[in-house]
Amino acid sequence: MNPKTYHHISSNPSSVKSRFTRGFLRAFKKIKRQQRLLPTSSSSSSNPSPRPYLYGRVKIAADKSLALAVGSRRAWSRALLWKIHYKAWRQRSRFNNKKKRLKENKKNKKKKKNDDEEVGFRHAKELRKLVPGGKAMDLCSLLDETAHYIKCLITQVQVMKSIDQIYSF
Amino acid sequence: MSSRRSRSRQSGVPSITDDQISDLVSKLQQLIPEVRSRRSDKVSASKILQETCDYIRSLHREVDDLSDRLSALLASTDNNSAEAAIIRSLLM
Repeated sequence: MNPKTYHHISSNPSSVKSRFTRGFLRAFKKIKRQQRLLPTSSSSSSNPSPRPYLYGRVKIAADKSLALAVGSRRAWSRALLWKIHYKAWRQRSRFNNKKKRLKENKKNKKKKKNDDEEVGFRHAKELRKLVPGGKAMDLCSLLDETAHYIKCLITQVQVMKSIDQIYSF
Repeated sequence: MSSRRSRSRQSGVPSITDDQISDLVSKLQQLIPEVRSRRSDKVSASKILQETCDYIRSLHREVDDLSDRLSALLASTDNNSAEAAIIRSLLM
């Protein structure tokens, strides 16, 4: 293990970067442990759990630890956490309220379109879809949240790259 | 009915100033590598927003790609037959 790589990850112990690193590593190791303890169907099977399932779990763990590292002081992290919990809940209860959701979306669409086109930003619509929680924000907070979201995404990519390098040795 | 709704909303909510918007947009410009080098007066706000969307999408793609590689690592290290065999023998 190269001590240099560890040093630049956790230079400030309470930064978003180090909180995300710790949380993500914990979740990653948990997935690894759970995967190892699963009973294999045959001794010569290649994978106890299918690859797409693992990929989904890793991705959710990455997003969840990022949102938790930021905490609830940002609207996008709250929206991201809510989305993750909601999806898990929906999967557990297996109720598909498609009709209800469609009606709610139609109500909000008209209001936001007026606001964006008044100020002349047509790309704001696209941006709202990309930033978690962007649909319910006014333009000013949307731009502010986007800046913070981009900074955190860059951190997430950096940390995951370092973890990938460390683990692939 | 929709016009009445928008009119009442305008009187209640304070209008967003142009300065605020240009401030926030220039802050965004500093973050995006493609537009950072060009001077602010030459880049339109619409272009900055467009680049922002593209940049966020490319970052999402990178995260997906890295998750894929990490999950591949998980799957492959599990094939370490020595460790897996030891654990299995302990469990049985």
